[in-house]
Amino acid sequence: MGQIVQLSRDVRIGAFASLVLLAACSAPNEPGEINDPYESLNRVVHASNKATDRVFFRPVSQVYGNAVPKPVRQSLSNASANLSGPRNVANDFLQGNVEDAGHNLVRFLLNTTLGVFGLFDPASGSFGIEERDTGFADTLAVWGTREGAYLELPLFGPSTERDAVGLVVDLIANPLGTVFDEGPDIAAATSFPSVLNSRFELADTVDGILYDSADSYAQLRLFYLESRRFALSGQTSAENAFDPYENLYEEVYEGLYDEF
Amino acid sequence: MMNSDFTRRKMLAGTAALALVAAAPQAFALSAGQAQQLIGQAVSEINRAINSGQSGSSLYRTFEGIFRKYADVPTIARSALGPPARSASKKQLSDFTNAFAAYMSRKYGKRFRDFAGGKVEVTGSRAVKSFQEVSAVAKIPGQSPFAVSFMVSDRSGSSKFFDLLIEGISLLKSERAEIGAMLDKRGGNIDALVSDLNKAG
Repeated sequence: MGQIVQLSRDVRIGAFASLVLLAACSAPNEPGEINDPYESLNRVVHASNKATDRVFFRPVSQVYGNAVPKPVRQSLSNASANLSGPRNVANDFLQGNVEDAGHNLVRFLLNTTLGVFGLFDPASGSFGIEERDTGFADTLAVWGTREGAYLELPLFGPSTERDAVGLVVDLIANPLGTVFDEGPDIAAATSFPSVLNSRFELADTVDGILYDSADSYAQLRLFYLESRRFALSGQTSAENAFDPYENLYEEVYEGLYDEF
Repeated sequence: MMNSDFTRRKMLAGTAALALVAAAPQAFALSAGQAQQLIGQAVSEINRAINSGQSGSSLYRTFEGIFRKYADVPTIARSALGPPARSASKKQLSDFTNAFAAYMSRKYGKRFRDFAGGKVEVTGSRAVKSFQEVSAVAKIPGQSPFAVSFMVSDRSGSSKFFDLLIEGISLLKSERAEIGAMLDKRGGNIDALVSDLNKAG
């Protein structure tokens, strides 16, 4: 009972904090558009994030990835991911998605017990109950909150005003500690190795965006916004699709205006 | 002043009419079934290439062949180049298109190489605006399946795909941003872009 009270208090704090922060969210955006009024500041943060990656995350993840066997790295990442179970369940309920709430609850219980504090993932492996990650940013989207401006956050990387609010709420109102005593300790032990493992496993893709492209800021922004919008809607939106045939003609018109 | 305004409008109307006439015979001719069949063929060729055991430049050449056969390469290249395409000479455009096709095959061929042992399956299609979106799922051993979709149009005169989206990320938009940035860095010099593109990817 006490835990439920605590949980609902966390949720209320979260909802309140998000209302306050969202009041600051700027400009409505059209689907498919990039709304980046803070671009010059974001680019400064991007340069600093990239420098941090170059001197720290990239080399350290290479050492970690090559020194630690894959099953060990995978287990630590599993344990870290398992800790988002209570947050997922709480947000599924806030989104009115009872099916996913049940799915994530069963998944969390199976992996925490049979999976030894989440080190293994029998829920996916043996029961077909795959990961369905969510968070308060998704809840805000379901509630109809607009995406807001694009942001690149120090260390956390690409985000939007809405996603940044979600991230803050997930951090301060995480129900984890109230339902799972060992949770915070496991989080402390596994979140860093988990980040390194992702950086190692996705090395080609991340390096391609950050170091091989002519404008890594623009590429990262596009990748983030498009994949985020896709994840939230479950499909590419028709308005979002770029029609090169239509636009080829538009460019012809623009050309005529220039010339006369 | 009046006169130039009149000329401009006439030109605009003329161009619009031409565009309509050019598009009319093919308009809405592309069915979901045709689009799905086209992508089904493309995907089976991609699957064969991924699992062919080829590597390096011979694999990239195979991908370039598939890309040229199933994608509307001239339109994708022109769109990636953006407004500068209209002031480019014919030779510059064709050089760029060739360099772009090879660059795309290397760049994405590298990624496809990681898909060895996997396959792409077409799952369905739907009409979007004036074209068809054919959706597929890529299943790679040891990875969660991910969504791939192809945007197919017959506006070029034959059915071709003009965009490929992986988990919602548009290859066309990504290359428009990338080629745009490369061109900016070279002060808008298309010849310099073409020669650097031959080394990139």
